[in-house]
Amino acid sequence: MASAEVQARAAPQTAGSADRAVRPLLEVDGVTLQYKTKEHLVTATYRVSFAVFPADRFVVLGPSGCGKSTLLKGVAGFLAPAEGEIRLNGRAVAGPGPDRMMVFQEFDQLLPWKTVKQNVTFPMRTSGRYGAAEAEERARAAIAKVNLAKFADVYPHMLSGGMKQRVAIARALAMEPDILLMDEPFAALDALTRRKMQEELLRLWDDVRFTVLFVTHSIEEAIVIGNRILVLSPHPGQVRAELNAHEHDHASQDGEAFGALRQRIHDMLFAERIEQEEAERNE
Amino acid sequence: MSNATAAKSPPVRPELFREPGDVSHIGAIERPLSAWERITNVTAVRRVFILVLLAVLWQLYSTYLDNALMFPTFGATAQAFWDALVSGGLLRRAWVSIEVLLMGYAAGVAIAAVLTTLAVSTRFGNDLLATLTAMFNPLPAIALLPLALLWFGLGRASLIFVLIHAVLWPLSLNTHSGFMGVSETLRMAGRNYGLKGLGYVTQILIPAAFPSILAGLKIAWAFAWRTLIAAELVFGVSSGSGGLGWFIFENKNELLIDYVFAGLGTVIIIGLLVENVVFRTIEERTVRKWGMQR
Repeated sequence: MASAEVQARAAPQTAGSADRAVRPLLEVDGVTLQYKTKEHLVTATYRVSFAVFPADRFVVLGPSGCGKSTLLKGVAGFLAPAEGEIRLNGRAVAGPGPDRMMVFQEFDQLLPWKTVKQNVTFPMRTSGRYGAAEAEERARAAIAKVNLAKFADVYPHMLSGGMKQRVAIARALAMEPDILLMDEPFAALDALTRRKMQEELLRLWDDVRFTVLFVTHSIEEAIVIGNRILVLSPHPGQVRAELNAHEHDHASQDGEAFGALRQRIHDMLFAERIEQEEAERNE
Repeated sequence: MSNATAAKSPPVRPELFREPGDVSHIGAIERPLSAWERITNVTAVRRVFILVLLAVLWQLYSTYLDNALMFPTFGATAQAFWDALVSGGLLRRAWVSIEVLLMGYAAGVAIAAVLTTLAVSTRFGNDLLATLTAMFNPLPAIALLPLALLWFGLGRASLIFVLIHAVLWPLSLNTHSGFMGVSETLRMAGRNYGLKGLGYVTQILIPAAFPSILAGLKIAWAFAWRTLIAAELVFGVSSGSGGLGWFIFENKNELLIDYVFAGLGTVIIIGLLVENVVFRTIEERTVRKWGMQR
């Protein structure tokens, strides 16, 4: 036990990336994920490994079909790995649980039969983690933080898409999960709202310093949101690169460094496609 | 060539800037609805209007026909209804029917709840429900009455048995299809909260499938009524003191056709009340409030 602890602590130091001794919060270790459709057994990711550290804004980026959403479902515990292991705080993930709150892309993730406040309170109560009064108080604070205080007693069907996503984020943050899982949460929003939501998420992170694992297919969004970007190749998803993007945000979006990074990622994803097309042509 | 490409590109126009002008001359941007619009917006008013219209048509046609034995007028029926209500014990008859109905309905709903919960949580339960509904749903409840009388004797137990049969299958079928239709995102959200088993069913599946469940409850209610009245008509004496079906049967034998109409009218009135008061209120407070149904 003690030796494992030493090893884990030593790892980032040998990598030379951290001067403090930090243990990874989430370890994805050689994970192969498969799911069944009616006719096929699909391998979504193949031996993917990465580590997420506390307060990371870790982005998983890749084209459609690279298994990034499946990977997130694996971390959430909806899907057991066929190979490898997913560990949270050193313990293997066994099933879904409120220590990993998920924000989905779809707007219908809120329970339509509960008001905004009840939606935020509900997981806190069902998980038994907070008492009634405390849950109420935390819900109020979380809703205020996403600027929806005026809509606390409104039912979800009366909210716009962006507001629903903000409720989903408030609901997840109020639980104080070990890690926040976001599956393309802004993909279904219009461009203006998406930009606003990205800024809001970054401001929230500045405030709370939560850990988030964020899945997207937009290169710009990945660079703006993430401090670390995992690039996956498609069919099946394999790690292509792990890049740093902690220097970039909306303000640097028009800068040269931002453009260069975007181009690098673009080439990485695009090269894959050209190679694949060529291979198909040669067949 | 150059002409063709020139024709394809849009003309460059000067840019345009304007300040929003004064719009006060078009009057209020919001205005209250007129009294007529507000009255016609009340569903009850529109529904009552339809009922009045039907009553007027009935009165006109039966007056034209002028044959009290075949088709009594609306006025005569209303008179008979009033007499039966005041002195003929119509209320007591109706209560006898409703009491049996409620017992059968409640039992059917409870069994349907168990069966569908089993069906969503296990594959065996799912197959069981699918097979049983396929077998028994097309079977008219009234066809089971002779058997029920044989097994449970003359009395309430037989009626309740056929009522359960009438309620159980349509309700299970609707509830189950409602459960199947719950979106994957909501399911995952529920499991993400750590909900499992019964908690998952009661806190996620049932509210999410409530529109279908409510439709099932309505259909089951109508099926139960039909079955009960038919059963009382055929084997009326079996229920001891006799319900509405027996009231209709008796009066037909005495050729008191306006009383037969009054009995049928009572069935209809109870149906309207339950639909428009009970189910409507439930709808108003649940699926409509939640925006799951218009």
